[in-house]
Amino acid sequence: MPEPSALPLFAASIDPGPSFADLLRTVAPHQLPSTASGGSTAGLDIPHGTTVVAVRSATGVIMAGDRRATAGYMIASRRIEKVFPADDYSGVSIAGAAGPAIEMVKLFQVQLEHYEKVQGDALSLEGKANQLGMLVRANLPAAMQGLAVVPLFAGYDTVRERGRVYSYDVTGGRYEELDFQAQGSGSIHARNWIKAAWREGMPADDVVALAITSLFAAADEDVATGGPDLVRRIFPTVAVIDADGYKALTDDEVETRSTALLQGPERGGRES
Amino acid sequence: MSMPFYVSPEQVMKDRADYARKGIARGRSLVAFECEPGVLIVAANDSRTLSKISEIYDRIAFGAVGKYNEFQMLRVAGVRHADMKGFSYSREDVSAKELANAYAQTLGQVFTHEMKPYEVELLVAEVGAPGTDDAEMYHVLYDGVVMDEQDYSVLGGNAEQISETLKEQYSRGMSLGDALKLGAKVLGDDAPLEASQLEVALLERSRPRRAFRKIKGDELASLLA
Repeated sequence: MPEPSALPLFAASIDPGPSFADLLRTVAPHQLPSTASGGSTAGLDIPHGTTVVAVRSATGVIMAGDRRATAGYMIASRRIEKVFPADDYSGVSIAGAAGPAIEMVKLFQVQLEHYEKVQGDALSLEGKANQLGMLVRANLPAAMQGLAVVPLFAGYDTVRERGRVYSYDVTGGRYEELDFQAQGSGSIHARNWIKAAWREGMPADDVVALAITSLFAAADEDVATGGPDLVRRIFPTVAVIDADGYKALTDDEVETRSTALLQGPERGGRES
Repeated sequence: MSMPFYVSPEQVMKDRADYARKGIARGRSLVAFECEPGVLIVAANDSRTLSKISEIYDRIAFGAVGKYNEFQMLRVAGVRHADMKGFSYSREDVSAKELANAYAQTLGQVFTHEMKPYEVELLVAEVGAPGTDDAEMYHVLYDGVVMDEQDYSVLGGNAEQISETLKEQYSRGMSLGDALKLGAKVLGDDAPLEASQLEVALLERSRPRRAFRKIKGDELASLLA
């Protein structure tokens, strides 16, 4: 590793270009998110993030995630964040092993900003999606050991002027979704809920409500997904991405929208 | 064996310094001001695409005069240095002071050891968090000398003359428009430079994370009017 005070200068033939991951690989490979180190993590209770959704709206895209992380049957965290801004016009949300996932997001965020600063222009939305695919693929050895990370990527395409959603598999396969996708342990329930109610041209407000409801439904059916916690005031993370950029909703906004769920089906009461 | 002519170290250094200074003086100048919204950087630049001012990190900007390929390489090295530091430690641990020292080290090394010195002068500026009134400006010379400057900083061949004018006309807490007009005036030889001849960027203190933004197009024109 170079002296911390020395500037990283390269001869033209080995210059890593605008990729931050390549830069790290050249000068400080030990700082790259971990790859396989032999052995399996089976039997270790490692925190896992659970359910996240990304849904297209008339004006862009909405991303949302519950706040629970589980380690086996234990709740590892009840206030983890799984939805992050990737840059001004896109967001990334994660399901899977929480540690490597958060490392991956951190690297991805720096990767996008680094490209923009070195090159002078931001990557296209598709370019960003492909970059994330490469990071997921690089994590494959760790995934084989039980540390799989499967993100969702969504953003506003400033050229095509619409929201777009991408999903990934553990091998780095990248799939563009037409309208919405969910990932994580409660994803089947969340996705079905969205599928039943989603329609083309839905206003962003309605999609926010739908995303919150779908996470509530997932929490209803899946032990690893956390529902809104009214006692501690912990609510899902929700982000709206449109032509004005990435905007995370405040807890108060999500709370207001979540309490509407209390009027929904299967209200409290005793069976007699 | 033939002996090379003896040249005193003083003469070697002087020749190198003259060489670098001449190279820098061929280009146009750049000024930076502390002003009400943050730090304003104004460069005389006719090109729309080849930049002299750019973003390094959340609160840090870079400005340069001199030979384009040389400062471009130093700019990218600065971005890499800052991003790596922020990645391995924390975003808060990246500072303009440290970056200016890294530039000084590289420029000093090249000045004394390489065939030819870099023909560049650099500015590294930083603004504090929203709500503070902190600002720092470091001016790094071709030989690695670093100067910590207050109020304003001038880079380039005309620096002395421009500094003289600014000594009289600069005032603390200037508005963005006043600072910009002053910049356009001191950079122009006879008449103030026009929007098309300027490259302008602002480190805007009130912005939450990335403080850097370019001022161009209609906004630039209306501020100059």
